[in-house]
Amino acid sequence: MTETPGYIQKIRADFPILQSKVHNKPLVYFDNAATTQKPNLVIERIKNYYEKQNANIHRGVHHLSQVSTQDYEDARIKIQHYIGASKSSEIIFTKGTTDGINLIASSFGALLKEGDEILISAMEHHSNIVPWQLLADAKKIELKIIPIAQDGTLLMEEFERLLTAKTKLVSITHISNTLGTINPIENIISKSHAFGAKVLVDGAQSIQHGEINVSTLDCDFFVFSGHKIFGPTGIGILYGKEQILDEMPPYQGGGDMIKSVSFEKTTFNELPFKFEAGTPNIVGGIALGSAIEYIESIDKQSAFEYEKNLLKFTEKELLKIDGLRIFGTAKEKTSLVSFNVGDIHPFDIGTLLDKQGIAVRTGHHCTQPLMDFYEIPGTLRASFSIYNTVEEVSQFLTALKRAISVLS
Amino acid sequence: MSTFQEKQLAIIADFEVFDDWMDKYELIIELGKEIEGILPSDRNNQQLIDGCQSRVWLDSSYANNVMRFSADSDAIITKGIIAMLIKVFDGETPKTILKEDIFFINKIGLQEHLSPTRANGLLGMVKRMKMDALKHV
Repeated sequence: MTETPGYIQKIRADFPILQSKVHNKPLVYFDNAATTQKPNLVIERIKNYYEKQNANIHRGVHHLSQVSTQDYEDARIKIQHYIGASKSSEIIFTKGTTDGINLIASSFGALLKEGDEILISAMEHHSNIVPWQLLADAKKIELKIIPIAQDGTLLMEEFERLLTAKTKLVSITHISNTLGTINPIENIISKSHAFGAKVLVDGAQSIQHGEINVSTLDCDFFVFSGHKIFGPTGIGILYGKEQILDEMPPYQGGGDMIKSVSFEKTTFNELPFKFEAGTPNIVGGIALGSAIEYIESIDKQSAFEYEKNLLKFTEKELLKIDGLRIFGTAKEKTSLVSFNVGDIHPFDIGTLLDKQGIAVRTGHHCTQPLMDFYEIPGTLRASFSIYNTVEEVSQFLTALKRAISVLS
Repeated sequence: MSTFQEKQLAIIADFEVFDDWMDKYELIIELGKEIEGILPSDRNNQQLIDGCQSRVWLDSSYANNVMRFSADSDAIITKGIIAMLIKVFDGETPKTILKEDIFFINKIGLQEHLSPTRANGLLGMVKRMKMDALKHV
């Protein structure tokens, strides 16, 4: 891999922030697993919304309210089609992945009984651990952990051993935010269903790296954040199968989620509004629709393929560095690499990379149990998106080598 | 001018010769290597100030009306900044430690390391040095 293809350069030109300088050096943004940058289409949409159409939605009879309501609901339909859901009522707007998981823990959790079991894996983000611990404590439910192997893949035979008739939910990440491992979720879903367990897929990482079809996957829930697919922060999506969402009690009470309210009896609104109390993040929803429009406008298959090649190239170059160890060496891996160099603390390298304009993540990546598994305090993580270039990888490697020489 | 301020001005002067951030950090790393720190076998949980990014161990004692400090970190840049903080705080009276401001960190441009968002344990370290001093006022 020697140069960046023209179609990637074209995509890159749509993201104005990538022209920035940091500490007088050209920005190399390799923290895409934390959040992605925004294309002009999304930025302009947000500006345009506040300049020309800001109004509250779903209730107003006036023009601006109707235009905003229409755009917000159109965004829901765009997202429905993008992830292959059969109905727009199955698309719930949330604040993000964490909010979606908490909603399920609260409302699906309300249907669970003492002695029921939930399975998660050892590579989960804290946001797919802690809500279940809270639920387990409150309802005397047992939380069981699917262990992983050294290469960062799930031990599938252990998963099958843990899966029983008591298992009511398997809540699992599609792609590990720390290791990049792509989990065999099709297999997990079909095996779980055979035991009557529902499956929640944490799509925070997978949403930006490939096509998702919730109908083909047959998952019961799928959650993701808008900001990880070129949209704004503070907006996310919970997809749930209609039948299960109908059975679940509401999450939060307030406006928009009710049909009628009296002090004697309140009746709830239909899906998806039953789970959307209060004035939502209207511009966030609309701009997430624009982000989906953007990704639909590019050759996403080639872009996703390119990202993978960029990872392979980077990993090959990284492994030439003395003492460098990569964490997460699964065969099926997305475009991120976690690593450490000898005994050097990741914080030290991260600090010196920052001063050279390189943005990577250092630390435990909100996966402390995984750090304990590898017996390390943290890693450096470089995560790519469709706008990163081969030249940026070279800059990163040069900066990394300089940091190592200063620290050794 | 108090020696507390003079010590800070001396550190600032050491950094003024460098324009490049990498050179400044090389000096910070050198300073970290110069201090004794706390041997891993002597570290304990009472000394530990946990940060999300790096960890800091701080030990303090009081005798003859002055505070003595020693500290360490698992990250070498954090340890370098610790070395500077110790240089300023060590051997001062509890009253001085509580009264005087730390300004050299901002002047050198290292304020990010003492920000709550950085979570490297340094902010907690300064707070604990002051709390320890407070016990002896």
